[in-house]
Amino acid sequence: MRKKIYITAGYNTISLGSGRKEFHPKKPRPDLEHYIKEAGEATLKIIGGAQNVDETVISNFNASQYNKQANLPGYAPYIDKKLKYKPSTRVEGACGSGGMALATGIKFLLSEESDVILTLGFEVQNTVKAVYGADILATAGWWKDRKDGHAHFFPGQFSDRASAYYEKFGREETRSAMVRWYKNAIENARLDPTAQEYHNSDSELETTANIEPNGKVFVDDLTVFDCSKVSDAASALAIMTEDGLKRCGIDKKDAIEVLGFAQAEDDITTQPEDPTRLITTEKAVKFALEKAGITKEQIGTVETHDCFSIAGIMSTEAIGFAKPGKGPDYVLKGNTAHDGEVPFNTTGGLIGWGHPVGATGVHQAVTIWQQLTGKAGDAQITLSEERPYGMTINMGGDDKTVTCIIYKTAD
Amino acid sequence: MIYDERLSKVSILGAGGKMGSGILLLTAIEMADLSFKKENEKFTFILNAIDVSDKALDGLVDYVRIQARKIAEKKIVFLRDIYSENRSLIYNDEIIDDYIAKVLSVIRPSTRLENTYNSNVIFEAVNENPQLKIKLFKQIEKNSDTSPWYFTNTSSVPISYLNENTELEGRIIGFHFYNPPAIQKLVELISGKETIPELSEFALEYAKRLRKFIVHSNDVAGFIGNGHFMRDALYGIKLLNDLKLEFGFAEALYIVNKVSQDYMVRPMGIFQLVDYVGIDVCKYIMAVMNPYFDNEDLHSDLLDQLFDREVKGGQNSDGSQKDGFMKYEKGRISAIYDFNNSKYVEVNTISDKMDSLIGGVPKNHIVWKDIIKIKDRKELLTNYFNNLNSLDTLGATIAKDYMKATRAIGLKLVSQKVAKTEKDVNDVMLTGFFHSYGPINDFLPWEELK
Repeated sequence: MRKKIYITAGYNTISLGSGRKEFHPKKPRPDLEHYIKEAGEATLKIIGGAQNVDETVISNFNASQYNKQANLPGYAPYIDKKLKYKPSTRVEGACGSGGMALATGIKFLLSEESDVILTLGFEVQNTVKAVYGADILATAGWWKDRKDGHAHFFPGQFSDRASAYYEKFGREETRSAMVRWYKNAIENARLDPTAQEYHNSDSELETTANIEPNGKVFVDDLTVFDCSKVSDAASALAIMTEDGLKRCGIDKKDAIEVLGFAQAEDDITTQPEDPTRLITTEKAVKFALEKAGITKEQIGTVETHDCFSIAGIMSTEAIGFAKPGKGPDYVLKGNTAHDGEVPFNTTGGLIGWGHPVGATGVHQAVTIWQQLTGKAGDAQITLSEERPYGMTINMGGDDKTVTCIIYKTAD
Repeated sequence: MIYDERLSKVSILGAGGKMGSGILLLTAIEMADLSFKKENEKFTFILNAIDVSDKALDGLVDYVRIQARKIAEKKIVFLRDIYSENRSLIYNDEIIDDYIAKVLSVIRPSTRLENTYNSNVIFEAVNENPQLKIKLFKQIEKNSDTSPWYFTNTSSVPISYLNENTELEGRIIGFHFYNPPAIQKLVELISGKETIPELSEFALEYAKRLRKFIVHSNDVAGFIGNGHFMRDALYGIKLLNDLKLEFGFAEALYIVNKVSQDYMVRPMGIFQLVDYVGIDVCKYIMAVMNPYFDNEDLHSDLLDQLFDREVKGGQNSDGSQKDGFMKYEKGRISAIYDFNNSKYVEVNTISDKMDSLIGGVPKNHIVWKDIIKIKDRKELLTNYFNNLNSLDTLGATIAKDYMKATRAIGLKLVSQKVAKTEKDVNDVMLTGFFHSYGPINDFLPWEELK
């Protein structure tokens, strides 16, 4: 890194959708303005007000279709009048939009144009039923693949990956690990009051999730418990330089430092070379570790992109924690659990906390910020001296647009 | 004639009614699905929606449009498969819109009975009036050039009676949907003495394609469903008449309705159910059934009197409940009818007075809407009914008597050869009436109960 970059002032709205007690599909819900304002104002308050902000980066996947709204940079001055006439940028990389917003903000700081950046991700998806939302989400894949894709396009894509994985490495253990992944996700979500599954009181999570996939009503090789849900939420944080910290009066104990970051992109018009691997994720992780100058053995916690349980498991292999085909064993041995060697998705991840598409990457960073600054409440973990670093992996589409960021406590 | 061809020309009589519109929806969906098959391109699928007045048909197509969308959304996986070769329709919404258009395109609403004359299948869902049914069948028979098969949705009139009086030579079968047909899984299937086997096979195939749960009832007036329900209602009325002497009419009505809902863990109390079906409808059904049972009087003076006072229950076209034994606000009971002064009394004034007299529900009580979600609920119910049995509050005493009475009704349906088995009786009550247990059960020590 050419200069030190800090992250602070994280904030998450609740992730609203099925599972939350407040959610009722037929009753009116907060609109996108509500989420943007709530998260944006919360972060601005912590950093001493909007006058301290040089510019804004907003991440969102598809408000154009979900909310009939484009030109999203215009929401920065809506959050606070003091952002009027300051730069604002919207980034989009499907489910990887949030990570892209962080990378963009970091690069703006490194360019020395700015010292303080408000970064906000949001998605309000419950405006359409899931059956129509499937088509909106499908635009994260190649449009020419839509016709022959599954009714539930992305579950279909990852069902195909799961199928290939079962065939190559064995079905039984993989399905068991997917069930375990679900259990860990829900149990972790219960530790965070903003999580979509926070109210989940099922005492038999593994029994619940241990059902056979049924291709007649859903997809061939995944069940609904293998999938993240439809979510409305926003997450915000501030990215700043050392000067920025001073300007905002932020103590370093309330900030974390970006040790390294990497983006990797694959051709959207192509199918995965090897469906049992997340190759673009492998690249992003490798580059980020190289840039940070550390090894994977020093990573103490990971927020990974488990849009589907199989993607979560495959990411343990993409990072290198498990050899190809050994991700299920790695998960079943408890390594990714809250008290495991490397706790994954400590507030539930996409399956447990929620997956408000364009906000997810920002939410992941907020979680790492909470963990490294001791603000994670009931979800708090303790990192060892040998493994002091946090990592986020945010993935857009079917392993196409990936951002990996590595964080440390600030000094 | 194979199934698909026979189902290419269908008419529904009474299509604008509550049952008829549901049958129309399901049949239109089935016909649209058949029309996608390559080998069926030679058929034109026509579903005549016949009713007496334009008013009755008004809004029918809108109803089907809205419901067809819900059905299409649920079967999007199937739809994408059948649309896979249509390269111009890509997104789920495009496919769903096209499918709805296809469903609607088979429907031809009309007030003219003549339109039915070339149908292969006539589905009758008119009022529960045997003479009306016979009149319509005769007119079609006189003019039709197809010798159609008749499905009747009657819930009470014996099929053999309709067959003989219309000289259909077995071209009729009882196919009794439960209300609302689009949602309720149960169909009572009733073959008359002469019903031709090909028609029975066709009906079974149609039921299977509609994913209905079939219970075969013998051809005895009222069949299993109304055989139980009408006697159940008459028992409730008998209790009401007994209790009113001590507590007053509205109070007694409140007690019986509450006990039959809460204590007996049913979806609604017996008088709410009568209101839901309609006091008038219950009266008609009893009138149809009564002549067939020598040693019973299936008739209620109270229902006649209420009917004469225009207190009829039933539902408005928007699905809201009309006033009957009780008044309802947003589906909840708000007032109770007091027979003595023909007025409704606020439910709170009665419940405040009566709830302590009735006594609290027994320990381990689980409300119906929760217990119905539990598949293996026998043990929970056993525990609950054990506790009920040990109580001698007014509510518990009435509940025990009532349960014994409904058990006797169920057993009688088997001994009268209405139902073929005890399981069939329980199946009808579980699936058609959404009871949480069948009336023929071992939850209480029946011999010990007086």
